Amino acid sequence: MAYSDKVVDHFSNPRNIGSFKKDDADVGTGMVGAPECGDVMKLQIKVQNDTIVDAKFKTFGCGSAIASSSLATEWLKGKTIEEAQKIKNTDIVQELNLPPVKIHCSVLAEDAIKAALTDYQKKADTQSIDTK
Amino acid sequence: MKLPIFLDNHSTTPMDPRVLEAMLPYFVEKFGNSASRNHAFGWAAEEAVEQARKQIAKLINADGKEIVFTSGATESDNLALKGVIEMYKEKGTHIITSSTEHRAVLDTAKSLEAKGLATVTYLPVDKFGMVNPQDVQNAITDKTILISVMLANNEIGTINPVQEIGKIAKAKGILFHCDATQGVGKIPVDVQAMGIDLMSFTSHKIYGPKGVGALYVRKRNPRVRIAAQMDGGGHERGMRSGTLPVPLIVGFGKACEICEQEMTSEAAKLSKMRDHLQADIMAALEESYLNGHPTNRLPGNLNISFAYVEGESLLMGMKDIALSSGSACTSATLEPSYVLRALGVGTELAHSSIRFGLGRFNTDEEIDYTIKKVIEVVTRLREMSPLYEMAKEGVDLKSVQWAAH
Repeated sequence: MAYSDKVVDHFSNPRNIGSFKKDDADVGTGMVGAPECGDVMKLQIKVQNDTIVDAKFKTFGCGSAIASSSLATEWLKGKTIEEAQKIKNTDIVQELNLPPVKIHCSVLAEDAIKAALTDYQKKADTQSIDTK
Repeated sequence: MKLPIFLDNHSTTPMDPRVLEAMLPYFVEKFGNSASRNHAFGWAAEEAVEQARKQIAKLINADGKEIVFTSGATESDNLALKGVIEMYKEKGTHIITSSTEHRAVLDTAKSLEAKGLATVTYLPVDKFGMVNPQDVQNAITDKTILISVMLANNEIGTINPVQEIGKIAKAKGILFHCDATQGVGKIPVDVQAMGIDLMSFTSHKIYGPKGVGALYVRKRNPRVRIAAQMDGGGHERGMRSGTLPVPLIVGFGKACEICEQEMTSEAAKLSKMRDHLQADIMAALEESYLNGHPTNRLPGNLNISFAYVEGESLLMGMKDIALSSGSACTSATLEPSYVLRALGVGTELAHSSIRFGLGRFNTDEEIDYTIKKVIEVVTRLREMSPLYEMAKEGVDLKSVQWAAH
């Protein structure tokens, strides 16, 4: 099975590897997958005024899983929370030209985005309650 | 040094140029059908086939007449299991095999079970991948007709106590089939000393051409009979019909002859290179685990799991080195290597395994390059692994509630 040029590019030069402090109020963290399944993605967003100003990831998984999460962080930067909600796994499949056996990698990336957004929103909601 | 480097010699091997040279006259010039009894073209082909039979038989201490040519080890395994069950169904229908056999044995056994033609016992293996002869002994029933245990495993290289299993089979009058695909030509094989009645092996794993293999079928003590699975002109003493692929057989014969002459020195060279590869990688990378038996394994085999990195991504990062992984992502199924699972290797470590298969044409320079590359890629991928990060923070990964998808 040959990889698409875009998968190879993201795998060889992954964008935005790293971690934020997951307890920071402006950070949302999504961790999805399981080691037994062969892939775990951690995706984090940093939010200011409803806009994602930075994103980082770490992924245990195949080349397509790494590329999917790398692409996701690239797409997230600069998007509002609402815009980020609209990223679909099929967009990732299309952009990276993933074969059918690798579609689950894109699903995992979408799940990671959703989980990070949910985590951030939960924190934001708690804070607004606190400040009341 | 030329890239890419081929370190996947358990999957196949490059043909030895000496083998090619031996084959060449048998395509255009001496193209006869070895079954043509009435003219010089047929005689020349037959002579070449008979010489190859002798070369092959000598490598395993058999007689040339006991070699049945097939298309490869998969066909040999099928012919052995199905042929024995069909021939001896009145005597018994129970097969004993092991859980780490090649799919060609396991799936043939399952197919016989599914058709209601046989019952099969799949023996477990120890943590090194070895079958315990006592387990074989204990599994025998009065219905047992065949024991099928491999000589050396294709993933982890572990060598089974075949001689002891052969003794048990002989004492009970049960036939013993051995899939020796990975062992023949690499380690000494003696069908007499090992008490083997049927043995599968193939040419392309020992620097011969693809498309030809053999099933050794014992002729004496006892005389083993198998029902043909391919009907036709009655070639190969009626056990496998079909015109013999003379050039391939000539190449197979030559390949066996070279192995017979060079096995000792080649095994010593490969063991040394393999040990160097293993020592340097494992010294540089913490939490790398050897899969298989530490000493009792094939000279050219090395199988290591690198915790916190996934196998396919490792292969992708080392794309100028041809290797293989037990990761599910490299197979058609979604499960990681059943061989590693049978050893008790955890699923996550099975996903992280890499098989190095060293062969005749690998050089020290290639091994040094591989060591450097493996260390570099594993380190890079660990830096981007959330699991490695968590482990470094002291999180017990087994205690985490994973959101499995």
